[in-house]
Amino acid sequence: MSLKNKLHDLKMKYKGTKMAPAFNALHTFLYLPNETTHSGSHVRAADDLKRTMNTVIIALIPCLIFGIFNAGYQHYSAINGFPQDFSLFEHFINWENFVLGAWTVLPLVIVSYGVGLGVEFLFAVIKGHEVEEGYLVTGMLVPLIVPIDTPLWMLTIAVIFGVVIGKEIFGGTGMNILNPALTIRAFLFFAYPTWMSGDKVWVHGAVERDAQIAAGASDVSAISGETILGTLAQNNTPDYSIMEMFYGFIPGSVGETSTLLILLGGLFLLYTKVASWRIMLSSVVGALVMGLIFNWVVDAGIITESSNFYGLMNVTFWEHLIIGGLAFGIVYMATDPVTGSQTNKGKWIYGFFIGFISVMIRVFNPAYPEGVFLAILLMNVFAPTIDHYVIRGNVKRRKNRLKVKTA
Amino acid sequence: MGLLSKKDRALILDPLTDNNPITIQVLGICSALAITAQLKASIVMALSVIFVMGVGNIVISLMRNIIPSKIRIIVQLVVVATLVIIVDQVLKAFSYELSKQLSVFIGLIITNCIIMGRFEAFALGNGVFRSFLDGIGNALGYGVILIIVGFFRELLGSGTLLGIQVLGDPIAKTGLYSIGYENNGFMLLSPMALITIGIIIWVQRSRNPELVEEN
Repeated sequence: MSLKNKLHDLKMKYKGTKMAPAFNALHTFLYLPNETTHSGSHVRAADDLKRTMNTVIIALIPCLIFGIFNAGYQHYSAINGFPQDFSLFEHFINWENFVLGAWTVLPLVIVSYGVGLGVEFLFAVIKGHEVEEGYLVTGMLVPLIVPIDTPLWMLTIAVIFGVVIGKEIFGGTGMNILNPALTIRAFLFFAYPTWMSGDKVWVHGAVERDAQIAAGASDVSAISGETILGTLAQNNTPDYSIMEMFYGFIPGSVGETSTLLILLGGLFLLYTKVASWRIMLSSVVGALVMGLIFNWVVDAGIITESSNFYGLMNVTFWEHLIIGGLAFGIVYMATDPVTGSQTNKGKWIYGFFIGFISVMIRVFNPAYPEGVFLAILLMNVFAPTIDHYVIRGNVKRRKNRLKVKTA
Repeated sequence: MGLLSKKDRALILDPLTDNNPITIQVLGICSALAITAQLKASIVMALSVIFVMGVGNIVISLMRNIIPSKIRIIVQLVVVATLVIIVDQVLKAFSYELSKQLSVFIGLIITNCIIMGRFEAFALGNGVFRSFLDGIGNALGYGVILIIVGFFRELLGSGTLLGIQVLGDPIAKTGLYSIGYENNGFMLLSPMALITIGIIIWVQRSRNPELVEEN
């Protein structure tokens, strides 16, 4: 008897009991269900929620793999010095980097999925509804947007908070107002700011080294890795070239450094029509517009080098797209169909302000070195309002049209 | 209990649970968010409100037949303001540090909607003793929530209770901190107070589904 049938039998055995949703979820996650609907009319379509979620996960896998190698690369480079003539296979894709990266990144993934799905199962069992696929994407996003050395117990608390407060209390998958992955990120940022910013958290081992030195070890030297945004916020010039930023060989959260792979993932999402091109395009436009305004302010001489904002304002406008998590946020999180705007016109407005506000927060508030998650959460809150007025506007226009016709 | 009739007892006990001013009527949220980052401040705030509401309800109830209804709000404000000033002065005299910390929020007891609400809804139409009980009951209901929220926020946010380090010393890394525990800075910010109150409301309503409002 195949595993599928075994699961089906288990499911039938537990039907009607408290544990039913758990078996049901496992069965539908791995296979197509054995049952078919018998009554009513239905649409046959392959792109159910599971398919949609899996598409996003596939688009995220390159970022995850890159993140694993980059974790090792940043660690060893910080210790041994960055290689002079960088070659991809010699210095980046090698066994050493992979082992260290996997050792540090995979626990984040496991904790994120384990805790998140645990909470989902618990709620399904208590509330008696089916387990929904909603956490599959969130669980993959979370490890990619946290610093590499985030302690696992912090991640656990944050995931519980994010899934319960961000999603379950609103009624579960599809009913949430805020993007759960970003809720988790925001919780971590405000609860444990020392682990979420600064120059010690982006490279594996930096905090540990500091503790050893503080304890009196003399055979190790301190390592650190400031993000590009952090460097710019202090009015310093980053040591990385434009291409390095674009390819992603820079310190940062686990999976958001490589703009190239994010771009590929984004194209894949657009090709499969899972993500909205309107949101992506308008977010990019919003970021560019804000960047241009800042560049103009600097060129006009209103802000001089003595200003605290000079470093970030002086960044060429399009470079905002390849530093920090802006690209990752735009491609994978702004386009969340649940929390974003639903109307086409609304999507333009929603996306534009995500890009616009991200760059604005980035430049103006040194306490929030990355404004993307705040901008997306803010626009999540406004998305229903935007939709409301777009729909009202449509109704009004149609009414006027009707008036003209009947007059 | 011979002292209080069943009806009188309900005046005190109802606001503690099924008719709580914060979790059921959702009043007085502003101060509950602002001063609950520390348990001590919550307790002092709770005591202040108990004093103001108990005495205030007595005064209003005594005057209920001679207040012209057109100016009753002004009279109520004068009564609350007087009592709040007394509280403020006492705090300044005996606990200056704390009064600094509570700053404007003692003064803002005047605008606490629970107090005006009880004056209007109860003291203006009931006898002195019953008004007193009602005031004490509602203030207790308010205070209980404040203290619960203050307890969790101070414990998780600062690792202390009433200023005593109960989880160990975060700088010397003793106690829980020696195994890597860290204080949750988010608990000290107002949004977390709102979420804590929300969780209390959630727990209360899932234990007693009758409290859930119908839409």
